[in-house]
Amino acid sequence: MPDPGLTLDHVMIRRDGRTLVDISDYVAPGEVLTVMGPSGSGKSTLLSYIIGTLAPAFEAKGRVVLNDTDITNLAPEQRHVGILFQDELLFPHLSVGENLAFGLRASVKCRIERGRQIAAALEDIGLGGFSDRDPETLSGGQKARVALMRMLLSAPKALLLDEPFSRLDTERRDQVRSLVFDQARAKGLPVLLVTHDHADAEAAGGRVHRLD
Amino acid sequence: MSAGCNTPSARARFLPWAPLLTLAIMVGPVVAGLLGTVAPAFGYMPALGGDGISLNAFTMLFDWPGITRASVLSVTTGIVATGLSLLLVALICAAWSGSHAFRIIERMLSPLLSVPHAAAAFGLAFLIAPSGWIARATSPWLTGWDRPPDLLILQDPYGLSLIAGLVVKEVPFLLLMTLAALTQIRTSQARDTALALGYAPVTAWFKTVFPRVYAQIRLPVFAVLAFSMTVVDVSLILGPTTPPTLAVQILRWMNDPDLSQRFLGSAAAVWQLTLVIGALILWRLGEIGVGHMGRRWVASGRRGGATRSFKAVSLTAAILSASAIVFGILGLLVWSFAGLWSFPDLLPGAFTAKTWMRHAMNLWPIITETLIIASIATLVALLLTIACLEAEERHGLRPGSWALWLLYVPLIVPQIAFLTGLQTLAIYTGIDGNRTAVIAVHIIFVLPYVFLSLADPFRAWDARYGHVARALGAGCNGVLWRVRLPMLLRPILTAAAVGFAVSIGQFLPTLLAGAGRVQTLTTEAVALASGGDRRVISVYALSQTALALLPFALALFLPAIVWRNRKGLRHA
Repeated sequence: MPDPGLTLDHVMIRRDGRTLVDISDYVAPGEVLTVMGPSGSGKSTLLSYIIGTLAPAFEAKGRVVLNDTDITNLAPEQRHVGILFQDELLFPHLSVGENLAFGLRASVKCRIERGRQIAAALEDIGLGGFSDRDPETLSGGQKARVALMRMLLSAPKALLLDEPFSRLDTERRDQVRSLVFDQARAKGLPVLLVTHDHADAEAAGGRVHRLD
Repeated sequence: MSAGCNTPSARARFLPWAPLLTLAIMVGPVVAGLLGTVAPAFGYMPALGGDGISLNAFTMLFDWPGITRASVLSVTTGIVATGLSLLLVALICAAWSGSHAFRIIERMLSPLLSVPHAAAAFGLAFLIAPSGWIARATSPWLTGWDRPPDLLILQDPYGLSLIAGLVVKEVPFLLLMTLAALTQIRTSQARDTALALGYAPVTAWFKTVFPRVYAQIRLPVFAVLAFSMTVVDVSLILGPTTPPTLAVQILRWMNDPDLSQRFLGSAAAVWQLTLVIGALILWRLGEIGVGHMGRRWVASGRRGGATRSFKAVSLTAAILSASAIVFGILGLLVWSFAGLWSFPDLLPGAFTAKTWMRHAMNLWPIITETLIIASIATLVALLLTIACLEAEERHGLRPGSWALWLLYVPLIVPQIAFLTGLQTLAIYTGIDGNRTAVIAVHIIFVLPYVFLSLADPFRAWDARYGHVARALGAGCNGVLWRVRLPMLLRPILTAAAVGFAVSIGQFLPTLLAGAGRVQTLTTEAVALASGGDRRVISVYALSQTALALLPFALALFLPAIVWRNRKGLRHA
């Protein structure tokens, strides 16, 4: 497959003999593919398979190809696939700035340059000067933005979203949602969104794949 | 589940072997020690001229005039102390769980737990002795005594004071185990349902919650039973003397300069083990019996009542049990600073630091030795525990219930039964009598407690933090060191404090592995017991308690300081 983007090549995940996920699809750069299904349908399991943290209790087969590289058997940290969960999961023992530094690629070596990039990233999401804050003291929307930025700083080549908007109130949800999709489009990232919320699917605007 | 760490390169390294290594370190010495006990018991010990198999040692044992009494004492103190402790813990939980008073009780647990057995026993002894605080507080206005009465309260022949000393220490332990079990099962729903059906709270708890809780705390209860039957240090302080409990007598035989007595001692250790196994079987049968009666009681549909009496009785008992330790320690404090203190004065005529000054020089090297042993044993246990838990996660190992049983092996097999064997084996290997041997033996007992303390919080950690970190480019080790362990700082320090306190309290392992040449605060304090100088005993017992409490204080304050700006970790 010569195209850049995220290819799921006959991915099938089973547990205790029951097939949870059976999907074959291609997500182009900047495109959003929404996977919908009720809870327990294996949506999150699919994401675990793509980022490489699927529990051994599952049997899975099929290839995951990202920008012409087969990442199916790579370690999670070598896949360059970013993920956002429903909870922000900011590391509670690190400050906001340290959380971003955790994400920022180690290839940016100079300490001053790293500090500059983190400060700029905070400006980008409207949280300039928040570097030393305790993440627990942020509002839900602020946390969501930090989590997004932390992931973008790791320079991912694809974006997975595990119902990341469902914890936000309606007003913030639209804001954060468009921020995420705009960033993904601007950076030309293929996006896979799993959700049970039709509004998410509509806002994403792309194709919808249903699991049942 | 941090899958994806299971790569061939990681597989080749140490981590997958950690659980096996840990088990070997913990269970290996127990098995070896038991063999080293059984062989000489049946006459086989070439070093002392025992080449054949014979029952001579057992014949000698059963010819010893004290054997019946010592055996009966071991069984009765064990079963009564365990039964009382369990009953008290169940009553407290049934009558008070979920209340404000219960939260206070919960908070007092750790400090009460960390007080070493020997110190608690000394404290209790100084309270209940004929010249103790209780007699002083009630004399002469209530009792009419103007000199200490000639009563055998301490070291009474029925082991009652021994039972009391055991109960005050086992109640906090069983309560902690029960609390851990309660958080695992959703108890309030069952209880509330029963309340809505018109059951009185205590009855509701016993009918709906207790059976499930008991299934979870069965192993700790077994450990308490085996411990209470075979304890040596508490028995030396509070137990009867002529004859003493079987475990104390075994220690005497094993330490006899006449080495041939070791055959007798080994036979007695085998007999002690038989008694413990018998008592455990008896307890199990009792469980089945109580279970049957309980089922009939549930089927009867009786709603119960008398909530107020249950609350009053259980709270009084809990307060008594906790005060025995608190006032005991307070008593030690007063004695250690006492000048002349005549009966029946409630307080000494004068306070002086003389006892402390006189013993400071002797105390320092012993404190250092105790600290070194406890620190290394705890560190090793902590590293092995973390390695085990991480291996379990990375390699998807599912510890079965057998693993939990193995963890309890060093806590259920009586120390006296396998440490004597290890001592015998040490005659061949020559590794006893030094600090390394003591540390190695301490690890056997520190490990299970550190593991039990850390396992739940470690496993309960939200694995998605790990997934996020991996997706951000951190490797398996990066997740462990940069995310997981810092987030678990508080439970790790608590586990370390528990391990530290366990090591500080070890008497028999220190004595036997150290061949009497390695001196810790515990061995010294207990050795002073026969001398009866209350001021000196108090100095040693207090130092022991302080050393055991210190890490708990650190475990409490260190995370509060390090994470003072991290709200998300305040209650982690």
